[in-house]
Amino acid sequence: MAYSTKLIDHYENPRNVGALDKGDPTVGTGLVGAPACGDVMKLQIKVGRDGVIQDAKFKTFGCGSAIASSSLATEWIKGKTLDQAETIKNTDIAQQLSLPPVKIHCSVLAEDAIKAAIRDYRAKNAQAPAKAAS
Amino acid sequence: MNSTTEFRGNNAPAQPIYLDYQATTPTDPRVVDAMLPYFTLKFGNPHSRNHQHGWDAEAAVEHARRQVASIIGADEREIVFTSGATESNNLALKGVMRFHKDRRNHMITLVTEHKCVLDSARHLEMDGVDVTYLPVKQNGLVDLDALKAAITDKTALVSIMAVNNEIGVIQPLAEIGKICRERGVYFHTDAAQAVGKIPLDVNAMSIDLMSISGHKLYGPKGIGALYVRRKPRVRLEALIHGGGQERGLRSGTLPTPLCVGLGEACAIAEREMPAETERLTYLRDRLLKGIKDALPEVYLNGDLEQRIPGNLNLSFAYVEGEGLMMGIKNLAVSSGSACTSASLEPSYVLRALGVEEELAHTSLRFGIGRFTTEQEIDYAVEQVVAAVRRLREMSPLWEMAQDGVDIKSIKWAEH
Repeated sequence: MAYSTKLIDHYENPRNVGALDKGDPTVGTGLVGAPACGDVMKLQIKVGRDGVIQDAKFKTFGCGSAIASSSLATEWIKGKTLDQAETIKNTDIAQQLSLPPVKIHCSVLAEDAIKAAIRDYRAKNAQAPAKAAS
Repeated sequence: MNSTTEFRGNNAPAQPIYLDYQATTPTDPRVVDAMLPYFTLKFGNPHSRNHQHGWDAEAAVEHARRQVASIIGADEREIVFTSGATESNNLALKGVMRFHKDRRNHMITLVTEHKCVLDSARHLEMDGVDVTYLPVKQNGLVDLDALKAAITDKTALVSIMAVNNEIGVIQPLAEIGKICRERGVYFHTDAAQAVGKIPLDVNAMSIDLMSISGHKLYGPKGIGALYVRRKPRVRLEALIHGGGQERGLRSGTLPTPLCVGLGEACAIAEREMPAETERLTYLRDRLLKGIKDALPEVYLNGDLEQRIPGNLNLSFAYVEGEGLMMGIKNLAVSSGSACTSASLEPSYVLRALGVEEELAHTSLRFGIGRFTTEQEIDYAVEQVVAAVRRLREMSPLWEMAQDGVDIKSIKWAEH
């Protein structure tokens, strides 16, 4: 597969590989995909009291496109509020990495991973004041 | 290929190290030498009966025919040149079934056959032929009892490949041939990955039709052959009509240089097979040991003993195949992962072995061959081990496994 330089860069030098403490109440964990499909992404966010994502980490089982999509996702969401991060579209990711058509689903999974992490954080902090609840 | 270069960092070769010998092989320089005169010097049409140009070309083609026959223990009159194993498989299946359709309309094959066999069978099904696709055992081999049970008095043909292209396993040809002979059924085998790699004897193995591919045994691309038994005679219809060449079974001017190339490739393989087998077995074992000594949770797909020496198909748990291939870009290999196929389906051969989908996604196929060096093998071990370790560090599944989580117990949110 002939990939774009940006994609290859994310594969060779992935940003934010690692793990945050799942038990920490300020951490939201999203786990999407399935091993049987060949794509599993775990994306975690650490959210400050102001609702801004302070840190993000990911781990991915998947092809180069999947790894690059999730790496890019963590890069983009750092420093954003939860609401802002939720607006990230898979098409933005796909465009940035010039994903070939057959790999678009990897960017969809990355968008799902972001949303899943945010959902998890909100569920854990359901008692928290205004901003997160809806 | 410079075998004394140290392949590290800036010295990495411009072209990746080739470890995909089941996909294709480089044409042996000795084969190219044998072919060259027939392009510009002895360029005649081998069917031109009236002048030296034709006679020279014909002599070369007939010599090549003898060489091809020799490596499989056949008579030269039983060799039909084709454009390759795909055409040979088409000719064998469609040719036999169309000839016999009024009296015998059933054929049997395996789920692990090459696409050209499976697709030809499906096409025949659309024409009303009854096809049985037998499953295989976990080691990739056919269940002989299941084969016996599947044969009926309407069966005309059994088609079972000699060696599988993905996992390299060798089917029990002599036993299959015996069963078919007893029941009066033709036995066709797609031997594209077998000729020149394992000893083949059409008589000892009771084979009636055999497909041969030039570019799988260091011959040129674009040429192959179909062995068609004369005694007892196998009856089949031609697919390509015209001037009646190849006993009417395959019309078209024979491509003299390509035929010469196939013949020479067979002759070289026949001579060098024992020594090459030993060398490839040594290299294969070195590759396998090097990887398994360094990495846990590596699984071999397909039987290790009933296997050609040049093939290794391994699953690296928790690491996806295409991602892994990107990490070993100095090695040319292939994978059974969905991500590497245009259809996003994982390898049907691995699935047929009962390999679970997630392991099918983690597989790599290594093909070693005549020009593979020990240094290349050692480099490959290093590269693969480093890439797998790096990707496992990035893998949520590896993380779960290390934490003692039973991955099978998780309800995945598939989409």
